[in-house]
Amino acid sequence: MTLTPVLTDTWDKDRSWRLATYERAGGYAGLKKALKTEPADLVQAVKDSGLRGRGGAGFPTGMKWGFLPPPDGGPRYLVVNADESEPGTCKDIPLMLASPQHLIEGVAITSYAIGCDHAFIYVRGEVLHVYRRLLNAVEEAYRAGYLGKNILGSGYDLDVTVHAGAGAYICGEETALLDSLEGLRGQPRLKPPFPAVAGLYARPTVVNNVESIASVPAIVAKGADWFSSMGTEKSQGHGLFSLSGHVTKPGQYEAPLGITLRELLDLAGGVRQGHELKFWTPGGSSTPIFTAEHLDVPLDYESVGAAGSMLGTRALQIFDETVCVVRAVSRWTDFYAHESCGKCTPCREGTYWLKQVLHRIEAGEGQDSDLDLLLDLCDNILGRAFCALGDGATSPITSSVQLFREEYQAHIDGHGCPFDPSASALFAYTPKTRTPGALAGAGAGGH
Amino acid sequence: MTAEPVETATRTRYDADTLAALTADATAIMERYPNPRSGLLPMLHLVQSVDGYVSRDGILFCAEMLGITAAEVSAVATFYTQYKRHPNGTYTVGVCTNTLCAVMGGDAIFDELSEHLGVGHDETTDDGAITLERVECNAACDYAPVVMVNWEFFDNQTPETATALADRLRLGEDVAPTRGAASVCSFKQMSRVLAGFNDGRADEDAGTGEPTLAGLRIARERGWTAPEGPDSEPDKRGETITGEPGSSAERPPTTPSDTQVGKDKKPGEDAK
Repeated sequence: MTLTPVLTDTWDKDRSWRLATYERAGGYAGLKKALKTEPADLVQAVKDSGLRGRGGAGFPTGMKWGFLPPPDGGPRYLVVNADESEPGTCKDIPLMLASPQHLIEGVAITSYAIGCDHAFIYVRGEVLHVYRRLLNAVEEAYRAGYLGKNILGSGYDLDVTVHAGAGAYICGEETALLDSLEGLRGQPRLKPPFPAVAGLYARPTVVNNVESIASVPAIVAKGADWFSSMGTEKSQGHGLFSLSGHVTKPGQYEAPLGITLRELLDLAGGVRQGHELKFWTPGGSSTPIFTAEHLDVPLDYESVGAAGSMLGTRALQIFDETVCVVRAVSRWTDFYAHESCGKCTPCREGTYWLKQVLHRIEAGEGQDSDLDLLLDLCDNILGRAFCALGDGATSPITSSVQLFREEYQAHIDGHGCPFDPSASALFAYTPKTRTPGALAGAGAGGH
Repeated sequence: MTAEPVETATRTRYDADTLAALTADATAIMERYPNPRSGLLPMLHLVQSVDGYVSRDGILFCAEMLGITAAEVSAVATFYTQYKRHPNGTYTVGVCTNTLCAVMGGDAIFDELSEHLGVGHDETTDDGAITLERVECNAACDYAPVVMVNWEFFDNQTPETATALADRLRLGEDVAPTRGAASVCSFKQMSRVLAGFNDGRADEDAGTGEPTLAGLRIARERGWTAPEGPDSEPDKRGETITGEPGSSAERPPTTPSDTQVGKDKKPGEDAK
């Protein structure tokens, strides 16, 4: 399978982030065409393309747009979820840094299609230069007449506000994002009603991921068939696959959905020289881990699901045999405990206890009953948490205990970690002595 | 502009000029949104751009601007990790110690920096230059291990490069990230940008890293491109697909509550 640069295609150009660069590469052809098309036909085209949400859940994008109730004369909103924070996920940030106009054009087309005249881009606050690029891209688009009043003489008006968050993973959950955008603590809302019915300011709202929206201009310009000619029967189109970790050439690989990790590793020069693949995540830390057995699983929604995990955000974190799976999972668990918003008990208390148990196993103070305790805790969180964060917290634990139970047991039996932590680093160093409890890190001051 | 009407009513202790400037900026922030309350997060960034943290006065200021209580502002300010409850250093040095960066060296970098600077997580050096933090995944995993300085990217770090970086920051030297602006700005300057005030530095470019271009380079070498588009109207196949089972995605409206706004509607949600 070959790579298919679409979103990445302008990234190697001089000053790739400028509007002029984007226009020279054919940018805004989609918007020009869209403004001469009936909005309903645009929604249908995106439905026909098979584009599914690139933020993790994989819900059909056009169908999401189609859930908006008929216009009632009041405002309708598009909110772009640019709060990329899932561990391992690193695709939207480079996209917005290198080619923000892809997103802005997608925002303009989508807003027109759903009848929105004020769109918001909610970007995480911890990426200063990305925020600068977005502010600048919006200003450039206004000056060129792609945003603002009477866009390209069509009579259509659109304002776009770029909004910076302030550090909270949970705001990637779409209803928490909406609360945050309303100036509140970012905590998820009960669904239903869904955002399509009562979203921002309780008005009909579409919330879409950056990559989803950035994929829209080419679908409109080149057609649904063009998009669905890439990918598999049910997972159509191109997607950014982000390779990180113990791989020779980490980075962004834009390919049709359905490519395998084996193919991607071949392109990326393989696992770190002299080492072998131990485990990997197909779609971020919230997706159950895979091993070398899964190298040939097509990376599409259905195949990854059938193999017991989720395609998620195509965040392929590669870990070689030097990595202690207990350390890896324990650290992810610290993350979930830190980022749990506190709204619901299973997640708030459950992630706290998962963290305690994992810390003591990692420190060599685990008991034989701890593995069953961990699984029992996970069982009490999964399906009982208010939003997907709690479910996600259990994924690395249950999948790693299933695949590497003997490694957990070795920590308990041997009263300590059998791995040298420096072996997994990219540089040589002598580990400093410290108490493992100090690894709690940011969790100590968390909310 | 005159700040008198605000000044007489305020419980903050800002001097007249500061309050006038803050008021003008906060007004500009609120005007970006259909509902002014949406301006609270940028307004808290704005407060940090003046005070270097979310101060008592800053909380009162936001409350007064939005007509809400100080408790309501505090509830929001304490939820988000970027809002600091104590005066921050000129530079936040954040070491990613989430799993991937940690195992690839982030833990060693944090330990080395902590020892070198004599401070732990969320502590500030005595000279006020650096606040050290463990940070969560910052979406640069293909550049691990990553250090952020005032939320600019310092990719592929080692304990040696990180301590050298910290030393230069403490000496007041200009420091350039590996991706981002030409130099790192101060915490207060950064906070002003995050409040939505463009500092005009978007065109600065410290460089595009190789991982960002990794796939594109291969495609160029091998002559791989996406399929050519026919540039024709999309056809209407009328087929749709549903979300995968168990996904957290939406479903079609099926019950009355799917199409009605709930009774527990919050004030301000009844936009026109």
